[in-house]
Amino acid sequence: MTTDTAKAAIDAYLRQHETKGLLRLITCGSVDDGKSTLLGRLLYDTKLLFDDQLTALEGDSRRHGTQNGELDFALLVDGLAAEREQGITIDVAYRFFGTEKRKFIVADCPGHEQYTRNMATGASTADLAVVLVDARKGLLMQTRRHSYICALLGIRHVLLAVNKMDLVGYDPAVFAEIEAGYAELAAQLGIAQVTAIPVSALKGDNVSTRSTALDWYDGPTLLEHLETVAVSRAAQTLGFRLPVQWVCRPDQNFRGYAGQVAAGAIRTGDEVVALPGGARSRIARIVTADGDLDVAQAGDAVTLTLEDERDISRGDVIAGTASPPQVADQFAAHLLWMNDHALLPGRPYWLKIGTRTVSAQVTEIKHKIDVNTQDALAAKRLELNEVGVVNVSLDHAIPFEAYADCHELGGFILIDRQSNATVAAGTLDFALRRADNIHWQHVDVDREARARIKGQHPACLWFTGLSGSGKSTVANLVEKRLHAMGYHTYMLDGDNVRHGLNRDLGFTDEDRVENIRRVAEVARLMTDAGLIVLVSFISPFRSERQMARALFAEGDFHEVFVDTPLAICEQRDPKGLYAKARAGALKNFTGIDSPYEAPEHAELHLHAADTAPDVLAQQVIEELLKDEA
Amino acid sequence: MKDIDTLAHDSHLKRLEAESIHIMREVAAEFANPVMLYSVGKDSSVLLHLLQKAFHPAPPPIPLMHVDTTWKFREMIAFRDRRAKETGCRLIVHINQEGVAQGVGPFTHGSAVHTDVMKTQSLKQALDKHKFDAAIGGARRDEEKSRAKERVFSFRNAQHRWDPKNQRPELWSLYNARIKKGESVRVFPLSNWTELDIWLYIYRENIEVPSLYLAAERPVVERDGTLIMVDDDRMPLEPGETPRMRSVRFRTLGCYPLTGAIESEADTLPKVIQEMLVATTSERQGRVIDKDAGASMEQKKQEGYF
Repeated sequence: MTTDTAKAAIDAYLRQHETKGLLRLITCGSVDDGKSTLLGRLLYDTKLLFDDQLTALEGDSRRHGTQNGELDFALLVDGLAAEREQGITIDVAYRFFGTEKRKFIVADCPGHEQYTRNMATGASTADLAVVLVDARKGLLMQTRRHSYICALLGIRHVLLAVNKMDLVGYDPAVFAEIEAGYAELAAQLGIAQVTAIPVSALKGDNVSTRSTALDWYDGPTLLEHLETVAVSRAAQTLGFRLPVQWVCRPDQNFRGYAGQVAAGAIRTGDEVVALPGGARSRIARIVTADGDLDVAQAGDAVTLTLEDERDISRGDVIAGTASPPQVADQFAAHLLWMNDHALLPGRPYWLKIGTRTVSAQVTEIKHKIDVNTQDALAAKRLELNEVGVVNVSLDHAIPFEAYADCHELGGFILIDRQSNATVAAGTLDFALRRADNIHWQHVDVDREARARIKGQHPACLWFTGLSGSGKSTVANLVEKRLHAMGYHTYMLDGDNVRHGLNRDLGFTDEDRVENIRRVAEVARLMTDAGLIVLVSFISPFRSERQMARALFAEGDFHEVFVDTPLAICEQRDPKGLYAKARAGALKNFTGIDSPYEAPEHAELHLHAADTAPDVLAQQVIEELLKDEA
Repeated sequence: MKDIDTLAHDSHLKRLEAESIHIMREVAAEFANPVMLYSVGKDSSVLLHLLQKAFHPAPPPIPLMHVDTTWKFREMIAFRDRRAKETGCRLIVHINQEGVAQGVGPFTHGSAVHTDVMKTQSLKQALDKHKFDAAIGGARRDEEKSRAKERVFSFRNAQHRWDPKNQRPELWSLYNARIKKGESVRVFPLSNWTELDIWLYIYRENIEVPSLYLAAERPVVERDGTLIMVDDDRMPLEPGETPRMRSVRFRTLGCYPLTGAIESEADTLPKVIQEMLVATTSERQGRVIDKDAGASMEQKKQEGYF
């Protein structure tokens, strides 16, 4: 072949590719439903397998196969060695195939309930779900669960593949019953479009070729449906939205805002607003490496320049002014918990949405939803793979969209502040109140005025350590001396506060979090009043101490770690609590059956086992007053 | 030149390109000290092209690093140095000097030891030395079964190990870049590309790749059914073995003694793509290391191999 004819052929091929769309789908079903077999069959039928892969498959089929040495298509797609041995699929595997009409990216997802989070990963980017059902078994609990997760992640199209029709004698009545049952389920879950197709993945019936055994069925084959189904992404009615990813400043003359368009379209000259700040300008240029564009549309990765110099940074959303997004800091949301450590209301997490990361806490779990039955259940915490309807509170107001309208500005993840693990996926439902309706009560006598009249710099000294470590002893001494020096102080002691303000709280993890939250807020109000506040609380969790720290201005919060080894605390046991805990009479006791997370960056680390309390108190006072000269 | 000027905005190549650019910008924005691993092959060429596009008109804020095993094709090294100069990217070259001192090579120590010492260990050395917190690589999910399950942002502990059973969930295009000191993230912007996508993109974007990908008369010997090019005089010939000139090209590029050539007459990019479309052998087959054991790539990845 000459270069010219090859070039002409490739150009023709490319042109065809240009009109070829992309469909992302997820396959769900249980281990035994034949999901991997179906996928392997699709790869085989669309000639996506190479000779060497087929050779490897033949070898694998003999060694690990479940089809008596026949080609076991499931082995093609079960990747990890551990899975192959157990014959299950533990994580999402992405597969690629294509036909003349479309290119497909398949997220092949595990079916077990304990892998719900993996399934959510696959579902989050899918336009369509293939839900497999074993014709012999009909709709199962897991069919319902998978469909619910798909609906939760906003998938609007389901292809119900009624598999293993060969094992029920290709009986149309079996198919009809399953189809009708699923239609009812889809209606309950709000899945808009369902297409049911009878197939046998193993035999290849109705996968890519029509089957004579299923001649009573006159709809499309599975592949035909995937090639032709019209999938619409989120509503096209939204205005222009671009979350700023990166500010491009190669020199003084160029300032561009790089990002991927999340919704809508914009032209040069159009007016835009940057949120949450509210600065307005017009689009000067839409820059790409391939030259400037006149218009940028959803999905495009571009760099915008504005006519005016504005202070816009990563995390801001540049929006069209016709219908800009709302800005809010409190939301109702659905949350899928994805970590072994349960969600604790009140604990601060990082929340990433679009290109913005803010601090957030779940203020309330309204209820959790049984993923199998969709029943609403009361809950104080969310465990791994549980879904809850919650209220979320952010420390900054953000521009957003309801997830149903825009996945890019309505889907978020929560990240644990200690482990950095991705612990939850959430979808915003609506704002509980609009941030622009919140006004702080204006006060004429402010914090500075109150501090000035007392002639001191307000601060919070936060003593943390095991029970019996000497926190209260040292804090008492510090307060006495400060008082003698003429400072205005107040001490919040764990035991005393639990008798009053926090009388309703116990010692579960949730209650400990709430205990600290209340005390931290009270301490902040007191520093507002101009006081130096001494807080003496075990406060065992780093996250909560971090939450407390975040309430104060830089330099006003002093974490004092009263470090006494557990053995010594237990020996001292001033209140007899360790003895009770050891005897099992006291549950969730820090150091015994509840963890103490030592501070990593405390302002002051007191080695309290072998130093006299008055020496320690002096160290604390020096730390507090080190900036006053 | 080509008569196709711009890709349709919703064509799948344009969507893949936008996704990759988005990923690279996230890396630049969220990491303190990222690097792009540049291995000189076609995927690296595409990565470099996307890196330039992502930050245009600014120069890429991320340096390139090549882990040189000292056994790469000579043309690869020349190509690497020239492209770094042309693009103005900072290029870091790392060679495991301990391995060199011990004389480690594929012929003396076998492919497994050579790859472990000069590539896997060397990469870890380099990442530790420069304290990179993110390393962008060109791996694709269609290459190999264990890669099909890897995240775009793939977390590595302080020992550079991948834990396939405990990957961070990765939803939408929200990538979790948070790590502690010493930990790192491998980032794969080409995760959703296939080999064919790579070639089509190279063609329509006019991306330069080493000519080793195009067929030419080259001196080769045949060993265990694999055609090995004799790229320099370090290759010991077995008795009766003489290099023969044959028209061959390479589907992947690596250490020349470990990279099998295929016989081909495809001496232009369109002809290579043409062959691709009718290919019946998958890409990694030319790599000797993948055949070691059933799940060997997964094991290498857990140990830190890219």
